[in-house]
Amino acid sequence: MALPTFWFLVIAFLWTGYFVLEGFDFGVGALLPVLSRNEAERRQVLATIGPVWDGNEVWLITAVGAMFAAFPAWYSGLLSSFYLPLVLVLTALIARGVALEWRGKVTARERVLCDVGIVAGSALAAFLWGAIFAGLLWGGVLATVLGGAFSLTLALVHGAVFLALKTAGPLRARARRAALGLAAVALPVAVLALPGIPSAGAVGGGFRVYPLPWLAALAAAGALTAAVALLWRHREGWAFTATAASIVLATTALFGTLWRAPLPGMTVAEAASGPYTLGVLTWIGLAALPFVLGYQAWTYWVFRKRVTA
Amino acid sequence: MDALDLARWQFGVTTVYHFLFVPLTIGLGIFVAGLQTAWHRTGKEHYLRLTKFFGKLFLINFAMGVVTGIVQEFQFGMNWSAYSTFVGDVFGAPLALEALLAFFLESTFLGLWIFGWDRLPRRIHLATIWAAAIGSNLSAYFILAANAWMKHPVGYEVVNGRARMTDLWAVLTNPTALAQVPHVVAASFVVAGGFVIAVSGYRILHERRTAAAETDTVAELVTSAAPAGRDTAAAAAPRRWAAGRGGAGRPKAGTADPGMWRSSLRAALVMTAIAGAVVAGSGDVSARYMHEQQPMKLAAAEGLRHDTAGAPFSPLPGVEVPKLLSLLSAHDPGATVQGMQDIQQRYQAEFGPGDYLPNVPVVYWSFRVMIVFGLTTVALSLLGLWLTRRRRPTPGWFARAGVLALPLPLMAVIAGWLLSEIGRQPWTVQGELLTAASVSPGVSLGEVATSLAIFTAVYGVLAIAEVRLLVRHVKAGPDPVAVPSGPGRPGDTDAAAGGTDRNARLQPTLMY
Repeated sequence: MALPTFWFLVIAFLWTGYFVLEGFDFGVGALLPVLSRNEAERRQVLATIGPVWDGNEVWLITAVGAMFAAFPAWYSGLLSSFYLPLVLVLTALIARGVALEWRGKVTARERVLCDVGIVAGSALAAFLWGAIFAGLLWGGVLATVLGGAFSLTLALVHGAVFLALKTAGPLRARARRAALGLAAVALPVAVLALPGIPSAGAVGGGFRVYPLPWLAALAAAGALTAAVALLWRHREGWAFTATAASIVLATTALFGTLWRAPLPGMTVAEAASGPYTLGVLTWIGLAALPFVLGYQAWTYWVFRKRVTA
Repeated sequence: MDALDLARWQFGVTTVYHFLFVPLTIGLGIFVAGLQTAWHRTGKEHYLRLTKFFGKLFLINFAMGVVTGIVQEFQFGMNWSAYSTFVGDVFGAPLALEALLAFFLESTFLGLWIFGWDRLPRRIHLATIWAAAIGSNLSAYFILAANAWMKHPVGYEVVNGRARMTDLWAVLTNPTALAQVPHVVAASFVVAGGFVIAVSGYRILHERRTAAAETDTVAELVTSAAPAGRDTAAAAAPRRWAAGRGGAGRPKAGTADPGMWRSSLRAALVMTAIAGAVVAGSGDVSARYMHEQQPMKLAAAEGLRHDTAGAPFSPLPGVEVPKLLSLLSAHDPGATVQGMQDIQQRYQAEFGPGDYLPNVPVVYWSFRVMIVFGLTTVALSLLGLWLTRRRRPTPGWFARAGVLALPLPLMAVIAGWLLSEIGRQPWTVQGELLTAASVSPGVSLGEVATSLAIFTAVYGVLAIAEVRLLVRHVKAGPDPVAVPSGPGRPGDTDAAAGGTDRNARLQPTLMY
């Protein structure tokens, strides 16, 4: 495989990891006031993501850092052309991060402010990522709003399923009901939004020309449907696997489409760094990634138990 | 005023702000890890209380370092897309490595440390704070290697108007980086040392006042057992614990055995003194590289107009020490140091017409602030070590001086960055790319103005919040800690976990 192709896959992998992992962080954060009835339950909700959200966010830092190193023109073109939306993303991530870390160290009145930061920051970031990539594929207000609605609702369902999986007691039942209710919105939005990814403008090509993103988008809708069915039957672990798969497949469709043109008028090969940089980064990345994945997985193992109130 | 000026202001504001928190993360992380190691080794409860107390301050600060750091990584692409496209092949590599090798380590293991107090065996839990702290320090290495490349680009060639890396090892072992990394990391330990000295000094003074008040009446003591500010600590459970069992002769929140703050003070004094020596030594090496690689910065830092053999050093305008600048920058009292106007003429001949001078007053004064404030902090630590030698009590005036000196090391490191980066102007990459050619061509003045306004406002609010939060927690003092039994000898902890673990449980979490 050519090195630029390999690094495009690496970057797609890193963004996918970010969307899957922070997807439930965003969903849990945004659902905080909806699902918890008192302070003990709010702590219970936040304790599900407390040990892991910061490590999950590093997937974004790594994805963007890898884009900078491997595709400088893509990195700089994307970031400078989505300037104000990214300012908002950064503001949202700042508000959410500080609020999550400070919440346990402030007065009850200030805690309300932290909760506002967590909810607004999580919801805004979840909306904006979908909006930014829809804007990249299509441009225009309608596509942007639809893309944002898709990523936000998918994150909410994903987060609610995660809570149902990771909590015990009344919260667990409430999270399950919320996930089923939210899915009633998320599914139609997904059915509207997902075909937009492979069919985007000139870059996609038809199904016969380039079927991969079409199949991935179709499978993403299927996975989301399966998640609802599994949750209905109280299979929380499998339902979470299905929502995660839905995000993986939607991101696959996105990067499958971007493969043709990561930015309008730019090819992957044009955007890529030289073979020396890509080669040396490949070796370091291959050596380090198993460790990173290993200790992150170990964190989830350490905190595998359901959180009780 | 155009987009370039605002983009530069934004980079300055966000970077300086980010670097208010980063040194404390770098230095305090290791300090907290050291405290926890001391507790693990000795089993003395006051080390655990100090670990948790400084750990909480560390976490309040850590959050700010993280969130302001994300802005930095995005900013290169958003405001400086021409720069990013030109340098990404070389400059992006250390950034990607920083995320992959350092940030994952730091964030993942910090999460384990915060929430793992009652989940992990003690030795593993101790290892998590070390892994996180090492991650922070490793990140400093990568970002400083990237920064050093801007000052002294190595291991690359320019192909089709873009820098192409030819040697990663050369980039990672850039002599400029190898001098800069110990300089900045050690300066971070001076900042953290200054912070711990100030906090310990405050607590020493506070507890002496409290002790003096308590000797007046016993009744007074009962009411002060719930010290002011404890309501602010969010965790309700530990407070109940304090109320329920705190009366049984355990140290109460906000008070401590007298030796406790002395240990943190002495440890910080030692750390600051050692780090100070490293800062001075690596600063000397950096000055010599500056003489070779960035003569304009050196000339501006000294206000030297013309090439001068045996150049004097002026600690303040009007005061000159003969030949000292040549001695410092080249280790030869007779060496020629280049002057600004002569360099300007040489640069015009080499790079074409233009103004190659940085903002001389800023560079000149930053240099002096860095040296004077930095050295004052280190001198204070040496003085403190002398005053508190052989179990001598900390003099009250010294504790007060430690509190007042808190801003000095921070101002020194910020001045150091102003010297370093403003002194590099008008280049982003010395001799290769001008700052004016680095800015994003498609980003408008209005967009940069909007983001500058948003970040400045958000950062301003958060700065006030962070200071208030830190002050409140310092005033409230450490929480009482439930340790019925010490950790025992290292080695028996894991084996004994089944039997004594339940008793030995610490309070559940630091955070939520």
